[in-house]
Parts: sequence; C-alpha cells; structure tokens
Amino acid sequence: MAKKSDLLPGTLDLLILKTLARGTLHGYGIALSIKRSSDDVLTVEEGSLYPALQRLLLAGWLKAEWKMSETNRRARFYTLTRTGRKQLGVEISEFEQMIAAIGRVLSAPEEA
Amino acid sequence: MLTRLLKKLSLLVQRRRFRSDLDEEMAFHRAQSESEFISEGMSPKEAHYAAMRQFGNTTRLREQSEEVVGFRMETVIQDLGFALRQLRKNPGFGVTAVLILALGIGVSVAIFGFVDAALIQPLPFAHPDRLVDVTESAAAVPHADLSRPDYEDWKRINSSLSSLEVYAFEGYLLHVGSVTEPAPGLRVSDGFFRTLGVKPILGRDFLPGEDKPGGAKIVMLPYSTWQKRFGGRADVIGQSANLSGENYTIVGVLPREFIWQPRANAEFFTTLLDKSSCERRRSCHNLVGVGRLRDGVTVNAARAEMQRIANQLAALYPGSNRDQGAVVQPLTEFIIGDVRIILLTLLGGAALLLMIACVNVASLLLVRSESRRREIAVRGALGATKARLARQFVTEGLLLAAFGCTAGVFVAAWTMALLGKLVPKTMADGMPFLRQVGLNAHTAIFAVAVATLAAFVLAVTPALRLGSTDLQDALSEGGRGAAGRFWQRLGANLVVVELTVAVVLLAGAGLLGRSFYSLLHVETGIDPTHLATVNVIAPDSKYKTTDDTRQLYLEIERRLMALPGVQSVGMTTDLPVQCNCDTDWIRIAGKPYHGEHNETDQREVSPNYLISTLKAKLIRGRMITAQDDASHPQVMIINETLAKNYFLGEDPIGQKIGNTDLAPDSMREIVGIIADVREGGLQQDLWPAEYEPIYHSSDTYFSIAVRTAGDEKALLPTMVSTLRQVEPGLGIYDEQTMEQQIDGSQSALLHKFAMWLVGIFAGLALVLGVIGLYGVIAYSVSQRTREIGVRMALGAQRSTVYKLVMRQAVWLTAIGLMLGLACSVGVSTLMHKLLFGVEAWDAPTLLAVALILGLAALAASFIPAWRAASVNPTEALRAE
Repeated sequence: MAKKSDLLPGTLDLLILKTLARGTLHGYGIALSIKRSSDDVLTVEEGSLYPALQRLLLAGWLKAEWKMSETNRRARFYTLTRTGRKQLGVEISEFEQMIAAIGRVLSAPEEA
Repeated sequence: MLTRLLKKLSLLVQRRRFRSDLDEEMAFHRAQSESEFISEGMSPKEAHYAAMRQFGNTTRLREQSEEVVGFRMETVIQDLGFALRQLRKNPGFGVTAVLILALGIGVSVAIFGFVDAALIQPLPFAHPDRLVDVTESAAAVPHADLSRPDYEDWKRINSSLSSLEVYAFEGYLLHVGSVTEPAPGLRVSDGFFRTLGVKPILGRDFLPGEDKPGGAKIVMLPYSTWQKRFGGRADVIGQSANLSGENYTIVGVLPREFIWQPRANAEFFTTLLDKSSCERRRSCHNLVGVGRLRDGVTVNAARAEMQRIANQLAALYPGSNRDQGAVVQPLTEFIIGDVRIILLTLLGGAALLLMIACVNVASLLLVRSESRRREIAVRGALGATKARLARQFVTEGLLLAAFGCTAGVFVAAWTMALLGKLVPKTMADGMPFLRQVGLNAHTAIFAVAVATLAAFVLAVTPALRLGSTDLQDALSEGGRGAAGRFWQRLGANLVVVELTVAVVLLAGAGLLGRSFYSLLHVETGIDPTHLATVNVIAPDSKYKTTDDTRQLYLEIERRLMALPGVQSVGMTTDLPVQCNCDTDWIRIAGKPYHGEHNETDQREVSPNYLISTLKAKLIRGRMITAQDDASHPQVMIINETLAKNYFLGEDPIGQKIGNTDLAPDSMREIVGIIADVREGGLQQDLWPAEYEPIYHSSDTYFSIAVRTAGDEKALLPTMVSTLRQVEPGLGIYDEQTMEQQIDGSQSALLHKFAMWLVGIFAGLALVLGVIGLYGVIAYSVSQRTREIGVRMALGAQRSTVYKLVMRQAVWLTAIGLMLGLACSVGVSTLMHKLLFGVEAWDAPTLLAVALILGLAALAASFIPAWRAASVNPTEALRAE
C-alpha cells in the first residue's frame, strides 16, 4: 500500500463532514481521525485540509470556534451545522452512486 | 449566495484576523504532529523537521486557504499597480484624461452646489414649505402689492392661513455724526417674525397689537445692523434709535442667519403703526403679504379662497378693486424666481459638458486599448480569462475616475468660490442662499454619484471592446480584423455624440449671447452716455410744503449747473430703466369709461429732465416749463404709447386726463408728446407714461440726473459733496452713471452671467469635441497607412488620399451637426424664458454655430489627412 493515497476528487469534503458528524474536532484532530479510521490508508494533506475547511465554513456547513485543546493550547474547533448534516447525507448518497457506477464498470465482463 | 458574499466581505475587512487565526491553527497542527512523532520515538529535532516536511510550504498553504475565501486581494492590487504603471508610462494620456474628467466633474459639482443652495436647501425659516407669498394682481401687474384696507379684509376673512402678515419698504434717514445716511428699512405687521418662526436672540419680538396706529415707536435690529451700528453691545435693548427724526425704542435683535430676501439690505424693522396717506386709500398698493398655510390646506386652496375674497371686495368697492385678483404662491417660488431657470440652464450645460468629458476620455481609452491589442492578446494566450482581462480595464477606468473625481473636487471648490465672487454685491445681497454654496453633504453625494457614473462609462467602454476581440486575429502581425472595425464604429459614434453636444452648447451660448446683446441694445429712448445719476431723500421734518421742496429743487439745480462740464440737470421721482411702478389709474375726459383700471407710469419731472438731460425726443407740443407751478393750470406730457393706446387717430394735445372719478383737482391738460422713454426694466413691455411738473409735488424722495460734457464717473463724488453742501440733512444713495445702472440691472446681470458661463461651457465642449474628431481621424489614418501606401503605389493622386480621409471627417461632422442642430432647437425651446429678442430657431445663430464647428472640425481632420497624403508609399509598404 502506498504511504499516501490520493483521495478520489470531491471525497475530502465528505470525509471531513462525516468525521465531524461524530463530534467537534480541531483541524489536526480531523486529519488524525481520518487517518486512524482508515487504518492509515487515507492521509489528509494539510495543504488540502485547511482550504477545504475554509470552503466548508463559507458554505455554512461548518462553524468554528476557538477553544482549549486537550493539551491546553488554543485550537480552532469545527462543528457540523444543521445544513452541514443535510449536506453529509447528499454527499454520501452521491458517493455511493459513484462507487456503484464504478463497481458496475469494473464488474463488466472483459471482452477480448 | 448573498450570505457567502457577505462572509467574504467581512473576511476581507478582517483580513489580518483571518491570517493570524490560520497561522495559529497551522502552528497548532504542526506542534501536534511534532509531539506525535516524538511519541513514536523520534528526537525532538527530527520530529520538528518531519512535521515541517509533512506540512510543506506554509505561505503557499496560507495562500491556498485565502484563495478559497478571499477576493484575491493580491490580484486586485496587481491590477491597480499595473494600471498605475500604465498611466505613468504614458503620462500625457493620464494627465489629459484626469484633467478632462476633473473639469467635467468639477464644473458640474460646482453648478450643482448653487442649485442645491438655491433650490434644494430649505429657506432658513420654520417649516418653510408652509410659507406663502400673498399679494394682489391686476390686469397689467401680475404681482401687485396689497393695499392696507384690502390686507385688513383678507386677514380678517380668510380661513386658509393661520397667519397673514405684511411688510412695506421704508427709507429712513439716519444721522451719524454730521452726516445723514439713508438706511433702508421695513415696516412689518406685529406677527411677521412669529409667522416666519424667527426668534430674537436678544430682547423680545413685537407683541400682538403693537402695529396699531398710534402705538409706541419700536424697532428690531437685524444682526448686521446691531454689529455695524451698535457695536454688538448687549445693552442696546431699551436704547433708542433716531430714524428720520423720530425716536424708536430698540426692543430686540434678530439672529445672524435671518435675512429677509425680498429686502435683504433692510437695516431696521419697525411696526406698521400709522397709516400713510397711501395706506388710507384702498386703491394705493404698498404692502407685500407673507402667510403661513393652515395644516392640510394646499397653496391652490388658499389661492382659490383669496381669489373669492378679492372678487367680493371687487364687487363691494368697484372703484378701487375692479379686476383685482389674488396671488398666493410658495414663498420659495417668490424668492428664487428668475434664478431658477438660469440655474437649471447652467446645470443642464454643466451636465452636457460632463457628458462630453466622459465620452472624450472614454474614446481616449478606446484608442489606447486598441494600441494595446497585442499586449492583451499575449496575456490572453498566456491564460488570462476574458473576465480577468476585463477586470484590468475596469480597474484602469476606476482609477482614472478616482483621480478625476479627486481633482474635480478641487476644481469644484475653486469654481464655486470664483462664481460666488463674480456675482455682483447688489445681487448677492438679495440671494443669501449664496452663502450656503460650498462643499457639503449634498454636493459630496452628488460628486460621488457623478464620479460613479463616469467610472461606469470609463470601465465599460474598453471592456465592451474585448467582447469582439479574436485572439488569433489580434496576435497575427498587422492584423486589423473585426476589432478594428468595431472600434471605428464605436469611436465614430462617440465622436458624433461629442459633436452633437458641442453643437447644443454652442447654440445655447450663441442664443444667450444674442439675447444679451439685444437686451443691452433695447431702445431706451434716451442717450445713456455722459449721464450721472443719484437718489436723494430729503428730511420730511424740514421740507413740509410744496414751496419748501421747490426751493430745494431749484437750489440743487443751480448748484449742480455751476459744476464744470455740467450741461443739464434734471429731477424726477423715478429714473428710467427701473420699473413700471409708481403707477396711476387714468381716465380721459370725454371718452366712454366703464371703471377699468388704465395703469400708467406716473413720473414727476423738472422742466429740463426729459429733453435736455435724458435727450428724449419731443414729438409734438411743448415741454414742461418753470412756469408750470402751482399757480398755473395743471399740465402733463404723455409718451407715444399712451397716445397710441388712448388717442388713436386723434390729436391728444389739449385733451384732458384725470383720475378715475375725473375729480376737478386731478384734471390735467396734455401739452406735449415725447417718444417713449423706457421706464420699466429692459425686458419689460413699454407702458403708457405721464410726466407732470415736479414743482407741484412735495415728495421728499427724488432722483437727480446730470448730463456732463466730461467724464460722468468722475462727476459722481463732486455731485454728492455738492448736494451735501446744499443740504447736510439729505440722504444720498446709489450714485452711479446711467450706463452702470442699465448694465447692472437685474435682467442684464442675469443674462450676462448665463451667457458667459454657457459660453465657457460651449468653448470647452468645442475643443473637446474637435479633439475627439481629430483622434478618430488620426487613428483611422494610422490604421490605413498600408492601404494608402498601396493606393499611392498604384498611382492614386494625393488629392484622392485627401478625399479618402476627409470624406470620413465630413461625414461624421455632418451627422454631428445635423443631430446637434435638431437637439439645440429643442433645448433652446426649453430655455425660451431666458431668451430675449431672439427665437430658439434663430437662423443666424445656428448658421454661425454650424460654420464654427464645421471649420474647426475640418481644420482638425486636415492635419491627419495631410499626414496621410504625404505618406511615402515605399516606406508605408516596407513598414509592414
């Protein structure tokens, strides 16, 4: 397995939304959580994470506030908003449709 | 979408905060990664570098985040920087564009400043929109003063006004040391200041009932009198002021901002008190009314009610009130009056100038964008989107507009100060709103609006052009495809607009110029050169009888005649070219009469006044002589208009004219007819006039005219000092030459002002329009150099090349002229009120305008045509 796998385009938003659906986290926490729950397969690059967070904030799917982290440092914590939760549903169903489509392509019989 | 934009905007404002938040967040992230690496067994140093590596370039990261949220401020700044560099690279263009814009914006803001002060800002009274001007009207006098009995009836009967007050002009004599000074004043009814909502800053207002005949003599001082004559002392209240020999107790001082526009130079406000001989008669009109409308009553309703009252009075007192109507109009209307049309005309002119300035700069931008075609194509080829390229042009347009507007504000401030100074003092006194002219919130808003409009035009024009640019076409060497044609079309259209506007302004200036000329050349019936004039008030207390005044007249005449160079001295109750006022109702003995009011100018004159002093022409009969005094039968001279109106086809000499009742003591025999002397203003109709011997009168107000062989201006001070020697108690004012008086009359001044300003606008418009035409022709020549070279190589004559280039110029000029002439007839019809002695479609003016513009346009296009014709074909072909 490659050390870092490229995410499918558009899936980063989905992953962030899903991760935050479980609770409030800071940026580092989100990256860590995605990494852990994917058994170290998916590594979110910081270069993609923070622009994506800003994008989601602008869209109104997340809200952010400064709080103290577990290590007693100031950190920006992100929470899913109600529209964000709705969006998560939309993204999941879109993702599943795409996976199913890809699956159908892959399972098509090979022609000589 | 909107909330998104708002969020973006708020982020733009809190940019620094956004950055520090992001920095902190990423630093936190790095620190967490580091501590994790350490917990995995790395040394702190290794962990630090590993975290840094993993994180990558922080600046780039930050930029990536900012790109998501921000407007890409960097690119905006880039655009601005680029635009500035472009301007600096070509300072000639930048300076020209900014100057033209500054001129257009500055002039229109300045004129708006005046419009705002005069027409938009309210009069400095309480609820000024509820104040009305109330007077009577007669057949020949649309705005006639009220008579006191009529006023008392109107005030008592009407229910439309919560108060109706009056004021009457009064000239007081003030003794200051050994010198007597005339001091203009107003007698007002007691509620005058309460109605206006003006409260004294010191002392008290007139109390109800204090204007009744027999009341105490009291006076209120305007702020300026208090400062000038009483040193601004607080203890003036209770002191007395001696006005024309009577003591008046000072009861109050009015606030500084209070000025009564209809008589702005009034130095004293007294109460009406006793009725003058005029005020005892219903037929004598000397009061002007000002009223406050009751809540919910409209001006029209008030006018209708006053008209009903006037009709009732006319039925009750047909002798005095027949055909007398009522005037009720907003006070603003009365005070602003003539100035409105002038200001609106000037504002229109300024707007046209602004338009031509914007169009001019826009076409300059077009030429530049055309010469930058390749640069744009290269940027497009390197990946700039159309929107991005358009934004560059918009930025440049906005930058120009911003510079232009900033410079324009300076131009505006300067222009307002200059124009304010150009208004003659006497006129400025009657227009206190001039003091409010300046840069204020209103003018600032207007300036911003104008600048926004200019920015829009400047941003959109070159960006429009982009739409039609074909990248490949533009990149190809010497390519001049669709874009060239497109530009030529747009550029040419813009030039037509410029020329049209220039024609309209030129025609306007021409018509105003002709009006002014005809105004100054109105037949006055006199020779105004070498005439010195002065107004005099003699103290009533000393000159009580006809005999007293007669002695005074004779002594003045004798002493003035003795001055070197003086040829003739005349005296009159009113100098010519003033007003159709001091009128009389006449009735001709032996003619049918139905009670109509035959309004006639009435003048009492000395024997030498008309013929030898004014140089009026005697048509028939004889002049008044020194023998026509109280001991002889009463006589009069009439003017031609009176003879024509009342004695058509008859000989008036020997006929008798009396008052409306033909009372025996009013009967006068006509002994002479003179050619019309213009008694009224330059723009007014000629009225019938009667001239009676002044020696019959005991009037203490009179005017003196002196004809001299020498310099009449130099005579004025000598004249004044001689008068003071004759009688130190005389009030002497307004000494000026007859020519000064005519040139300085209100209508002459207004016309002069309008003519000069519109003339300046027109001159600027002509220059800008012709420059625009030159630009278009020169550009099209530069684009066709190769074509011209080919033609000439193939044997075309130079004259053919001239024709080729000039054809376009002539075509554009012709269209501009046609459109302009058509528009100017329309525009001039709108300002017909300002025109005098000339029609809106005055052919000579329009012809002259066409000639001037045509010649200027041809001259401007001849230069590029000449350049084209002198093209060396070999060089033109090799240049490609």
